[in-house]
Amino acid sequence: MKVGVVTFPGSNCDEDALLAVREHLQVEAVSLWHKDHDLQGVDVVILPGGFSYGDYLRSGAIARFAPIMQEIAVHAARGGPVIGICNGFQIACEAGLLPGGLLRNDHLQFRSMPVTLRVESSNTVFTRDVERGALLTMPIAHGDGRYTADATTLDRLEGEGQVIFRYVDAAGQPTPAANPNGSLRNIAGVSNATGTVVGLMPHPERALDPLLGSTDGLVLFRSLLALTKA
Amino acid sequence: MTRFTVSVKIVPRHGLLDPQGKAVTDALHTLGFASVRDVHVGRLLVIELEAADTAAVQARVREMCERLLANPVTEDFVIAEIAAA
Repeated sequence: MKVGVVTFPGSNCDEDALLAVREHLQVEAVSLWHKDHDLQGVDVVILPGGFSYGDYLRSGAIARFAPIMQEIAVHAARGGPVIGICNGFQIACEAGLLPGGLLRNDHLQFRSMPVTLRVESSNTVFTRDVERGALLTMPIAHGDGRYTADATTLDRLEGEGQVIFRYVDAAGQPTPAANPNGSLRNIAGVSNATGTVVGLMPHPERALDPLLGSTDGLVLFRSLLALTKA
Repeated sequence: MTRFTVSVKIVPRHGLLDPQGKAVTDALHTLGFASVRDVHVGRLLVIELEAADTAAVQARVREMCERLLANPVTEDFVIAEIAAA
């Protein structure tokens, strides 16, 4: 298996994502440049966090037109796994790889803090190694993380099991107080219909080392190892 | 071809929470503008382009809004003003 991490101008979690795959998964990882048209034969694409194109216009709005995104759209359409983390989630939504959009946090503050997530589905390439209902601790660091979609779309996502992560309190309840940005229905992450494209605002690649307070991000990366056995 | 200047207003979709608009409303109230009922904060884009006529401008700018300038999930747009330069 080979994993590609895209670098856009303004990406700042790309090195962390490369390190996560190389050091914690012991899998080959390559950097993909936004201007390239070549996915270098990767099996999995990571759209990392950061502030691509300075968040100009809207978070992720310009990045979706980068040349590499055309190849990623083809890869995703063929069922190739893609994970969008933070800004990568915003880009995936802008590109139409995932439903909905991410708006300014309801309190207008940039929030950098650990949050508790409840895993709502194991039926994705990135969560198949973690049980539904499991609680994971990971950091968030964003200003535009309020997940939004119209009510019909939200009902469809819930019904089809495409809500993958929800912000919850220590008891696992999706309370308003546990919601760090005003996301509708406490949604922290969603998937496409087939569970091959996943996006989330929290940073699993920053939750891999006990020194950083949590190793709960590892299960998302470990879930990918099933691809090597397949 | 004529050169046109077009103003496009992009605002949060009606009914969606607009925390920036809420913050500005609160600030105006604090300043004593008690009659303010609501504020929405959006973006104004001024686009200069070449086109045959205003109908062509309208069509072209609409396409720009749908493909890039406005997010169809969260925003609405108004092509506010078309002027020949």
